[in-house]
Amino acid sequence: MTAAFARVPELLAQHLLLALSALLLGLAVALPLTVLSARNRAVARVALGMASLIQTIPGLALLALFYPVLLWLSALAGGGIPALGFLPSLLALSLYAVLPILRNGVTGLAAIDPAVIEAADGVGMTAWQKLRLVEAPLAAPVLMAGIRTAAVWTIGAATLSTTVGQPGLGDLIFAGLQTQNWTLVLAGCIASAGLALAVDALLGLAEHGIARRRRWLAWGSLGVLLAGVLAALAPALPSARGTVVVGAKGFSEQYILARMIGARLEAAGYRVEYREGLGSAVAFSALAANDVDVYVDYSGTIWTNQMRRSDVPPRADIVAGVGGWARDRHGVLLLGPLGFENAYAFAMRGAEARRRGIRTLADLARQAPQLNLATDVEFLERPEWRAVRDAYGLRFRSARPYQPTFMYRALDSGEADVIPAFSSDGRIAASGLAVLEDPKGAIPGYDAILLLSPARAQDERFQAALRPLAGAICVQAMREANLMVDRDADKRSPAEAARWLEQRIAACR
Amino acid sequence: MPEQTRSVTFKNVSKRYPGALAVDGVSLEVAGGSFVALVGASGSGKSTLLKTINRLVAPDAGTVLMDGEPVDAVPAHLLRRRIGYVFQNIGLFPHMSVAENIAIPLRLAGERNTAGRVAELLDLVELPRDFAARMPDALSGGQRQRVGVARALANGPGLLLMDEPFGALDPVTRDGLARAIRALHDRMGLTTILVTHDMAEALLLADRVLVMSEGRVAADATPRALLAGGGGDAAQALVAVPREQAHRLAEMEGGGSR
Repeated sequence: MTAAFARVPELLAQHLLLALSALLLGLAVALPLTVLSARNRAVARVALGMASLIQTIPGLALLALFYPVLLWLSALAGGGIPALGFLPSLLALSLYAVLPILRNGVTGLAAIDPAVIEAADGVGMTAWQKLRLVEAPLAAPVLMAGIRTAAVWTIGAATLSTTVGQPGLGDLIFAGLQTQNWTLVLAGCIASAGLALAVDALLGLAEHGIARRRRWLAWGSLGVLLAGVLAALAPALPSARGTVVVGAKGFSEQYILARMIGARLEAAGYRVEYREGLGSAVAFSALAANDVDVYVDYSGTIWTNQMRRSDVPPRADIVAGVGGWARDRHGVLLLGPLGFENAYAFAMRGAEARRRGIRTLADLARQAPQLNLATDVEFLERPEWRAVRDAYGLRFRSARPYQPTFMYRALDSGEADVIPAFSSDGRIAASGLAVLEDPKGAIPGYDAILLLSPARAQDERFQAALRPLAGAICVQAMREANLMVDRDADKRSPAEAARWLEQRIAACR
Repeated sequence: MPEQTRSVTFKNVSKRYPGALAVDGVSLEVAGGSFVALVGASGSGKSTLLKTINRLVAPDAGTVLMDGEPVDAVPAHLLRRRIGYVFQNIGLFPHMSVAENIAIPLRLAGERNTAGRVAELLDLVELPRDFAARMPDALSGGQRQRVGVARALANGPGLLLMDEPFGALDPVTRDGLARAIRALHDRMGLTTILVTHDMAEALLLADRVLVMSEGRVAADATPRALLAGGGGDAAQALVAVPREQAHRLAEMEGGGSR
């Protein structure tokens, strides 16, 4: 329990900074728009329409969309614009904050008694004096309610920034979801809900102070908020120098390997940060852009997704091909394969496979129309799926994506009959699943490979710290480590599993 | 106290709203120091004509002059600071105290110490000085309009424009406030233009009554001349109502049986 909350203060600080920065930027955009909208109906229609439209985009998608946009802008500007982490999160969340502020601001201004406006004109106020002395104070309570809504939304949506590599309370939630560590999920939820409530209460006090004309109350509560921001800022300031970033995609094996790599780099004197829960598509681009210094990918993933190859040569050729392509196209260094493979392996419940007499994908194809397929969230969009489907003529009764953890649950409970499991997953053996053979060789090799960013491709100390991992991890060791994190009883954290794996790999040789 | 007494001149002023001609080529001279009432039915154009003076309405044609100078020769906000404006819906700033409301014109003129002047203005409109700290929503309708008048007079304008200022008040309150305003007009040497639909009010308060009908000035006479039957048919139709009422009241008071 305490372990789950140990990372909360650090992540809470990051979360608060991100959410409040987004709120401030949202205010900076929304307030002038509010005034313009109140003066001009056409502007109001366009601004409110755009803001509402943005609100309908799911948060996860909006965050993800900023990544290619920023990459493109960075390419236009000749580099230097970070496409991962704080900036895309800030921009996406600011856009979310605009609508409630704008809508309430416009409503607040429209609700002012026309006689008061006539009086303001009549006594000879300029447009600016009218705004400052009359309109702003009268619209303030309604506007403030909008700012509070925006603050709560922003703090909630900031949990999603984990997926674009910005640390926050979402790290706990996403990691907890992946490893079925509900205490971790709960810690993240409680902390972010608590933060939202606290900020809302402070803004509420400020609103109360404004409405009751008690300035000390308004400034006092905003002061407390500012103090919170400064406290959150303090540890963040000196971190920029000499820090390396270890990336991880969103599943247990990746979390464990990231911690193992991080521990080695720390031992070599680096200050280490983690960007965990990255999307598959984002991870490689982040590495190529030096937003991430090192992470583990799988040869087949790069081969089919980034290189868009549909042929399936032997495993070693794929690794060599990926290494050459990554170096020539992106300056990325493939330090070496780790020694195990994490391929897609179609799996069924053992008893069910025996009962139906299914041993290979060819057997499966004949009975697939009566069976349900459960996949992870990205599998159905990946070229590997199209290759396997076309090679065997697979057509299932239904195909549904799940979070990886829930994919196994769906198979256990009988909601699904077939899953594309991962060959390094400890749950295959632990749950007695039958792995189907691929006689046509339609699925490429998925050797785990250690990839280094262009910046680290020249860093000898960095490479020396990680080189011992090349070829050192056997699939049996990796499965056991994965199972420690994934199993329901006696769960371990990824960091604990990483320490265990570091000891265990000696036995691989 | 006023900077100076101001005269107002209209030269061929017209204003058209979509579908209606509100003011139709009005030419008129209002002498400095006079109390003029603009009387007419709803839609006769009297409010529109009044608001061309402080440029809350811009005429489509013609010129409005104050002291011989076109009102659009200076920026609108500077012009308005030299003209007092009181209207039916009062428009006190609800987030400001009575004192802050009254002091707004002084604040716009850059004055800092306004407390003494606010107290004087409260005396002027016959409100207790301790009203200064109250908020507008704690006042009655009549008290609010007195604050509105004090605000309009705060920086000593020579010209006071009033658009149905007593429209929302009960009869006792409106009579008291009307007398107070006439007294202020005389004491401060103001030029006052009052828009009203109530002929009795116009006859009792003004030196000169202008009857407006369909955007034109249909009659221009003193109250005495109107009561003597002058001013033409449109004016007499409006005068007939209060006169008839006054006669009936007098009969009842004279002990006449029903």
